[in-house]
Amino acid sequence: MSQYAALLLAIPLLAAFAMPLTGLIGKRIRNSWAIIAMLATVTAALLLVWEVLTQGTIVYAFGAFDSAQAIPFDSGGVPIRILFVIDAMSAFMILTAAIMMFAATLYSISSESEQTGQDGYYALLFLLMAGIFGMVSTGDLFNFFVFLEINSLAGAALAAYRIKGGVAVEGGLKYAFISTVAGLFFLIAVGMLYGQYNSLNIAYIASVIDFTGLSLVAVVLMIVSLAMKSGSVPMHFWTPDTYSSAPSSITALLIVSSMASLYAIFRIAFSLFGLTMNVVTIGWVIIILGILSMFIGVSMALPQKDVKRLMAYHSVSQIGYMLVGLGVGVAVLGDAQMLAQFGVVAMEGGIFHIINYALYKGLLFLIAGAVIYRCGTANLNDLGGLGHSMKWTMGFFIIAALAIAGIPPFNGFASKLMIYESVFIFNPFIAVIAMVVSIMTLASFVKVFHSMFMGPKLPQYETVKEVPMPMLIGMGLLAVLIILFGLFPDLVVNTLVEPAALALLDRSGYIASVMGGI
Amino acid sequence: MDFTATLFTGTGFWNPIIWILAFVITSIVAYLIWRSGVSTYQKGTEQVKPYLSGNAEPEKSAVHIGGGNLYWGFTEGLKGYYSRLVPLHTGDLNDYMLWYFGVIIAVFALVVIFL
Repeated sequence: MSQYAALLLAIPLLAAFAMPLTGLIGKRIRNSWAIIAMLATVTAALLLVWEVLTQGTIVYAFGAFDSAQAIPFDSGGVPIRILFVIDAMSAFMILTAAIMMFAATLYSISSESEQTGQDGYYALLFLLMAGIFGMVSTGDLFNFFVFLEINSLAGAALAAYRIKGGVAVEGGLKYAFISTVAGLFFLIAVGMLYGQYNSLNIAYIASVIDFTGLSLVAVVLMIVSLAMKSGSVPMHFWTPDTYSSAPSSITALLIVSSMASLYAIFRIAFSLFGLTMNVVTIGWVIIILGILSMFIGVSMALPQKDVKRLMAYHSVSQIGYMLVGLGVGVAVLGDAQMLAQFGVVAMEGGIFHIINYALYKGLLFLIAGAVIYRCGTANLNDLGGLGHSMKWTMGFFIIAALAIAGIPPFNGFASKLMIYESVFIFNPFIAVIAMVVSIMTLASFVKVFHSMFMGPKLPQYETVKEVPMPMLIGMGLLAVLIILFGLFPDLVVNTLVEPAALALLDRSGYIASVMGGI
Repeated sequence: MDFTATLFTGTGFWNPIIWILAFVITSIVAYLIWRSGVSTYQKGTEQVKPYLSGNAEPEKSAVHIGGGNLYWGFTEGLKGYYSRLVPLHTGDLNDYMLWYFGVIIAVFALVVIFL
């Protein structure tokens, strides 16, 4: 049993709790510790992903020498150990989180260099990452709740970290509150399942689940709570408040955090409940949330004057695409013919969009942070002419903006195309809405481009220069990946996305990966 | 590993390499058409100055249009929609929670009705 799964948690936790100690020695040592820990975590994540893609699903039993001991002989066939079940879908999410962690940590080294309280900042950043890695790896519902809480608390503290006259504190408080309420109702739902099936293990519950009235209550509470955590309309109101007030590198990680909640919706829908629930109704619920998110998100983004609030509303809009793609997969789960005809492609489009979205939206928030870092404002009315002095940042912005608008040959186009074409067969009306939303997204980012980078050099920004190298490297990495994912989409889909979609669909395989060890 | 393979979407396909080739060829054709245009254009002369009905050209920094002015027509045209949508975003945490509980009730109703 390889130890990468354990290291995925152990390294960020160790890094987080040792951070204040390294800070006592010196700033340079603390920053070096943060970079070394980040590199070690990312390496463990990449090795784990490689192992899953080459060997199949990995079950890691904490406290056991072998994954075959996941179910102790005297437990009556019930897995009671803490288990990580990492299939291709989890590996896909781990890879997404690792890439974003690399870029955001590197970026933070420069963007936060002049700020106070960096020990706590990096400690919380690593706790946030530990929470995200735990959420997408665990095979246990209660553990998921624990990681959700770790992630939420660290995220709220980081969102409020730069007080900004109380605005950031308000954003952090709102995030903490909605996360706590969502976590509480998720826990109630877990209790309902535990009361019925005497276990917290996802695979075990999936193997014995019967869609009772209590299970119905549980699935609704879980999906709606996680939809609020992922920022879906009409529970999206916290996203502009929190995303706009958090440091930009943290906003990029909060994006991944919302993706982890989205992942949980699909894990619950496909692996936990599967065909035992009314997939058509639940699928349509997810699709409706997706359509609302797409349209309301983009239409609220268009009139915004604060660049980070504008981008936050676009986050809501982009989540809609993923909800629609995977919602169609849920809705046709019971019909093998429709699933084969377009359901799998819709799911692949939705999953592909997760990593694409993380890349370009993360990059856009880092660019917004770079502009704020140099100009001290996020107000689009006050900005202008930065293309003269921040050429690299402008280049990265063009790449990210074209990607989010779904312009070929960037990565956003490939995943959106998969969603458009498959969803069109399911319901043409939804595909038309998705395309209109893309056009509105492009219009919105034309506005941002014009406001920030075009026009003559403004007198107040006469001395503005390009951001420091670590920030450029962090942004550049994401820009390069956007281009590569756009140029070789088939490679990404065949290597990462398709196995992830098939892993979600293979409910019996997921159950067997844990229960097969009896 | 085939780096030039095509992404199949079930009903269609997407090949970025072919798209880039088409883009390059189209750009070359556009450039050739542009080159065959009027050759009397001269940089740095009166020709390149904007004509503002005979008025003097203002300073460059005075003509920059800020972000708030863009798409004014769009939001004005959809005033009925925006006048309902924007006030929903109150910034009040109590309202956020009401929406959350409202959605839970609505989804319950949907799932029970269409069970």
